[in-house]
Amino acid sequence: MTRTLALCAAAALVAAAPVPQAAGQTKPPAVERDATTEEFEKFRAVLEADNPAELFELRGAALWKTPRGPKNASLERCDLGLGPGVVKGAYVQLPRYFADTGKVMDAEQRIVHCMVTLQGFDAAALAKQPFSNETRTPDPVAITTFVAGQSRGMKIAPPQTRPQEREAYAVGREIFFYRAGGYDFSCASCHGEDGKRIRTQQLPNFTRPEEAIRSYQGWPGYRMTGGVMHTLQWRLNDCFRQQRFPEPGYVSDSLTALLTYLAVNSKGQVYKGPGIKR
Amino acid sequence: MADPMKIRAKLDGDVLDVRVLMAHPMETGQRKDGAGNLVPLHFIQTITAQLNGRPVFQAETSQAVSRNPVFGFKLKGAKTGDKLSITWTDNKGDKRTDEVTVPTA
Repeated sequence: MTRTLALCAAAALVAAAPVPQAAGQTKPPAVERDATTEEFEKFRAVLEADNPAELFELRGAALWKTPRGPKNASLERCDLGLGPGVVKGAYVQLPRYFADTGKVMDAEQRIVHCMVTLQGFDAAALAKQPFSNETRTPDPVAITTFVAGQSRGMKIAPPQTRPQEREAYAVGREIFFYRAGGYDFSCASCHGEDGKRIRTQQLPNFTRPEEAIRSYQGWPGYRMTGGVMHTLQWRLNDCFRQQRFPEPGYVSDSLTALLTYLAVNSKGQVYKGPGIKR
Repeated sequence: MADPMKIRAKLDGDVLDVRVLMAHPMETGQRKDGAGNLVPLHFIQTITAQLNGRPVFQAETSQAVSRNPVFGFKLKGAKTGDKLSITWTDNKGDKRTDEVTVPTA
């Protein structure tokens, strides 16, 4: 051993700190940008370089390939809209219409559908505890993260060619503006105008294309609080909880409609892959 | 079985910049579960790095490190084609080793 190997720097361990969530990457013209937001964006840029979401992508990739379930089949024949087994670029082209089910489906809904039809898993069992917690990440969450990661850097392009897809958009828009619940809220109450914020968090206006991407960007996302991986299914579920609406069904058609509305509004924007959240 | 690590190694001159993402619950022993019981300590205790089978780095870590941690260090004298392997061992004796080949700069 003649060559000396020297360590240049001590190991750095990055710990998760609870910090307010920043505004996204697009600059809302109507909002003045404050120092807190600017600083947080620097912090986020550092975190994005080493995002633990990648660990869930790895796990999801393994789950995709492994024969599992009562039918002992892998998901490699799962059609996400671009043909059986094609994952690359599928996420940014969802939700879309599927002829085999006769309806519009979003990414996670389609993955659950494949797990049920190809692998023989029980849909009711998958919907029982569909969201991640500190000790458990459900398989559809990891698989959705993997699928989303395979669309990194691609433009969001959900099709609107079939009548069912246009109908899903129209229904989603209806849900977005529908006011109800104990607070008489709608999604649009917080996300329908420029320059709104909750405490330090700026709220993107999802009706405008430049900002609608922020409904998609960052999801599926690794949440530093608790260190859990979440998908858009969880995000929307939590939005409805905050509005004090009845809980929407997991991978339900209502959520798909709302996701269609958000995806179509984000059309043409670049998806950066699974993100990291406060 | 522990989930795989994600190892990124970037060569800049003869300095190798290594970033490792590890999947681990890193339980502090302070957290309570849904039923109110303490979740027992479960954390990565040692991390070692080997270059072509030769130990080049060892760290002892505590439960103060976050869940799914990122671990980074720089190494001098590595070259393209070298095999870098990282191993962690936790307090329950669970282990995981992953290896990457150092890519061209």
